[in-house]
Amino acid sequence: MYDVLIIGAGVVGCAAAMELSKYKLKVCVAEKESDVCEGTSKANSAIIHAGFDAKEGTLKAKLNVLGSQMMGDLAKKLDFAYKRNGAMVLCFDKADLPKLDELEQRARNNGVDGVRVVTGDEARKLEPSLSDEVCGALVADTSGIVCPFEMTLAFAENALQNGVDFKLSTLVTGIDKNENGFTVHTSRGDIQTKVIINAAGVYADKIHAMVSSKPLGITPRRGEYLLMDKAAGSLVSRTIFQLPTKMGKGILVTPTVHGNLLAGPTAENIDDKDNVSTTKNGLDEVKAKAALSVKNIPFGKVITSFTGLRAVGDTGDFIIAQSDVKGFINAAGIESPGLSSAPAIAQYLCRIVGEILPLEINPDYIGTRKGITHFTALSKDEQNELIKREPAYGKIVCRCETVTEGEILDAINRPLGATTLDGVKRRTRAGMGRCQAGFCSPTTMSLIAKKLGIKIQDVRKSGVYSTQRRQDDE
Amino acid sequence: MNEYSLLIIGGGPAGMAAAVAAKKAGVDDLLILERDSVLGGILNQCIHNGFGLHTFKEELTGPEYAERYANMVKEQGIPFELDTMVLGVEKMPDSDKKAVTVISAKRGVQTLYAKAVILAMGCRERPRGALNIPGFRPQGVYTAGTAQKLVNLEGARIGKEVVILGSGDIGLIMARRMTLEGAHVAAVAELMPYSSGLKRNIVQCLDDYGIPLLLSHTVVDIKGKDKLEGVYIAKVDEKNQPIADTEEYYPCDTLLLSCGLIPENELTVGAGVEIDPRTNGASVSESLETSVEGVFSCGNVLHVHDLVDFVSEESARAGENAAKYIQNAIDRSGKVIAVKAENGVRYTVPSRIKTANLAPLNHIRFRVTGVFKNVSIVVKSGETELLRKKSQILVPSEMVDLILKQDKLESISEDIRVYIEEVGV
Amino acid sequence: MTKELTCICCPMGCSLTAEVDDSGQVLSVTGNTCIRGENYAKSELTAPVRTVTTTAKANSGKPVPVKTQEPIPKEKIFEVVDVIKSQTVALPVKMGDVVVKNAADTGVDIIATRSVE
Repeated sequence: MYDVLIIGAGVVGCAAAMELSKYKLKVCVAEKESDVCEGTSKANSAIIHAGFDAKEGTLKAKLNVLGSQMMGDLAKKLDFAYKRNGAMVLCFDKADLPKLDELEQRARNNGVDGVRVVTGDEARKLEPSLSDEVCGALVADTSGIVCPFEMTLAFAENALQNGVDFKLSTLVTGIDKNENGFTVHTSRGDIQTKVIINAAGVYADKIHAMVSSKPLGITPRRGEYLLMDKAAGSLVSRTIFQLPTKMGKGILVTPTVHGNLLAGPTAENIDDKDNVSTTKNGLDEVKAKAALSVKNIPFGKVITSFTGLRAVGDTGDFIIAQSDVKGFINAAGIESPGLSSAPAIAQYLCRIVGEILPLEINPDYIGTRKGITHFTALSKDEQNELIKREPAYGKIVCRCETVTEGEILDAINRPLGATTLDGVKRRTRAGMGRCQAGFCSPTTMSLIAKKLGIKIQDVRKSGVYSTQRRQDDE
Repeated sequence: MNEYSLLIIGGGPAGMAAAVAAKKAGVDDLLILERDSVLGGILNQCIHNGFGLHTFKEELTGPEYAERYANMVKEQGIPFELDTMVLGVEKMPDSDKKAVTVISAKRGVQTLYAKAVILAMGCRERPRGALNIPGFRPQGVYTAGTAQKLVNLEGARIGKEVVILGSGDIGLIMARRMTLEGAHVAAVAELMPYSSGLKRNIVQCLDDYGIPLLLSHTVVDIKGKDKLEGVYIAKVDEKNQPIADTEEYYPCDTLLLSCGLIPENELTVGAGVEIDPRTNGASVSESLETSVEGVFSCGNVLHVHDLVDFVSEESARAGENAAKYIQNAIDRSGKVIAVKAENGVRYTVPSRIKTANLAPLNHIRFRVTGVFKNVSIVVKSGETELLRKKSQILVPSEMVDLILKQDKLESISEDIRVYIEEVGV
Repeated sequence: MTKELTCICCPMGCSLTAEVDDSGQVLSVTGNTCIRGENYAKSELTAPVRTVTTTAKANSGKPVPVKTQEPIPKEKIFEVVDVIKSQTVALPVKMGDVVVKNAADTGVDIIATRSVE
């Protein structure tokens, strides 16, 4: 019998698991895919927002600002990439300039520091590649960028080392309420738990409907992105947003923590919760709108495009509360700024759990986690030390990103390790570069095949299972 | 200890041929740096035949061609280090030495120094992302070369029902290869109105097996949430834009992309070498020397070849010239004449010629911009015609190799222009 | 009767035109730039042959590249591949070593095209 079962190993589920592991609780995370961070958390803008955007008084506003304040310390303790690169919101039409002032006022109301409005020329001085059409901008110094996968994995690994169980490839198929709590039916057997946290992303409505007759609406909103080569990564240093206009919500252009340039997302509500396909129209829209903000974006240097689905709730705010069913807590509708808010959402969820179960501090909680050693981040002496100890670090597998065999083996062998090509890619960046795994995938596949004891052609690309595949495999 | 006369980056066909030639020209103090665990580079996975007709006067497979060169390297006692990746090349600010930083399990991260460097890193495939094909990103989409490596070197069985986008040679070769491995290849779609592969490969890889080649077609959508389920192929117009309502669905579990090769010049750029935007390779002189003196480039890292025999020949020249450089025998006293690609010619290698440093026979290699029938290739300097050669057909997939004698070039003083002229004009 | 074909003997891929009489005899070949083109046209129009390249499985589990030492009749390609696939090659093997003798009764041996330890 678990005290808490978290459904969904995205950033919210993993952050909640980590937070709950600070207390003497038996916690489990059930995830339908074979890896953590396979849904909304992996495909988004990777921004830790400053918090000036959300309406005053909303959970989004409160938790975003809090999350942003927590992030620096967390990144240090849990060893994930995070950089406060600052952001700008661009205004292209003099008539819209008052909207910048409104945003500045909202920032102040939300408790966001380091926000100011500048003229178009001042903006271009700060970011020389900005379009000549920019007539004013809001500058926010506390906005940041993060590697969302590394962050989710850091939360998950920290939770794991503090005793949380992870059940991957485990699809929740039904939930029965009983006097002690819940019996949760999954594709891999039943799980008993006193409390459930529903962090199932775009599927949160389906999970909710397994216990409650009250409606909870989640709409998947598709967002398409283009990722460009590192050669383009220094075009802007800040995250560049656009003020929403009558032409619709804007597109952002941002450097990533790894030095690439990212543009997107489009916003299109769809029905299919698995439809992460890109479209020609969507990618064309990204290009056209991104070009309004920043001059000379080298779209010839696109290395990949992808689509993420945001889980948009029907209330306009995050839905984080105990539902009408006692012990069943929703963490639903976590759209933007969900990534930014995740650690604060986790604390908030913990307080709700505390209203149901007694929270007793876990004195053995380990507050730090060591990530995969990224070879390129080391000094030459450290590199040589490492190669002497582990010759596998002297062998480059991914040429484009200079990832060594040692790192790939670490990604595969560590607890909650990678079992797919994408899993290795997100942990080590092998295959994330300009050749997009053309050269390294056969080597990576053979390392995974060896570890899992399977044939090379049976190594999967990603941890995502379609219903069909699940049936084929089981 | 870590000082060399010549470091050769890459132990594929280019690097090996350059090393053999440099050694023959008297450079004993040289080293080949190869990132793979064997010499031979991409040839090891090119198990088909068709290599070596020029070099060895017989038709060899890729591994045979590679092994012959590897044997020459070994017989001549040329040192090589495997599983060794070059991380950076830099010209020393206060001397003509070049610093080459390498990593291997044996050396760790170490900087080697050399008077001359030959860049022979080869090329890579254009990935799906760069092609901007919309749709899902499922398992089962590979670049043709990656699939070739998986099938031929790892023994993987990657699919049963195959569609190939792009009619580059690797794509055509893989169409036959997958067929012989028991798969069914439904079609090869090519965006352009002509194939970018060799004619012989269309005959013996597609026609022999009844595989249709769909010219002016492209993949417009990829279906399958985790495993590839099929692709939509549509016709394209003269501007290569898909034509509405011409989409046709091809169920498949494998999509191979053979959509072009890109010289791999990150090290070159890092070394401060000037890049020719038309080839994405270094801009070089008659001696295959880049804009940085003592740094040479050859093979597919310089410009993508269709024949390994041309790679070997070109690379041998790079090796000879590197030897000359090391022996201080490159004559820089004469004029430097630009070689310009004009009508119908996309680029030329070299892009400049030092008239005092000519060889008895000098090559100008280029590709044409489109398909030309019954034309003349003309090389002129000012009003002086240096060469005129009739050709029945010229296609972009086939590199043209012109040879100009030293006496023709020695005395010229105006830019060399290479262009295609309609016959009868 | 006139037949058009593309020579596959080398990467030049010459366009050949052959005059063929009613019995299928090749009377003349034009368009070729060397003697091999003429020979190719004659053989292609009467008894087409191909060199087959593929991989055989070594006892290490990894593939070894192989080829038919001489071209074989085109219609025998799949049969020859089946024979190769049914074999296991004992390592080590040297480039040029025969791994299958007289494959599918073509009279042609299959040889390794790479030395594998």
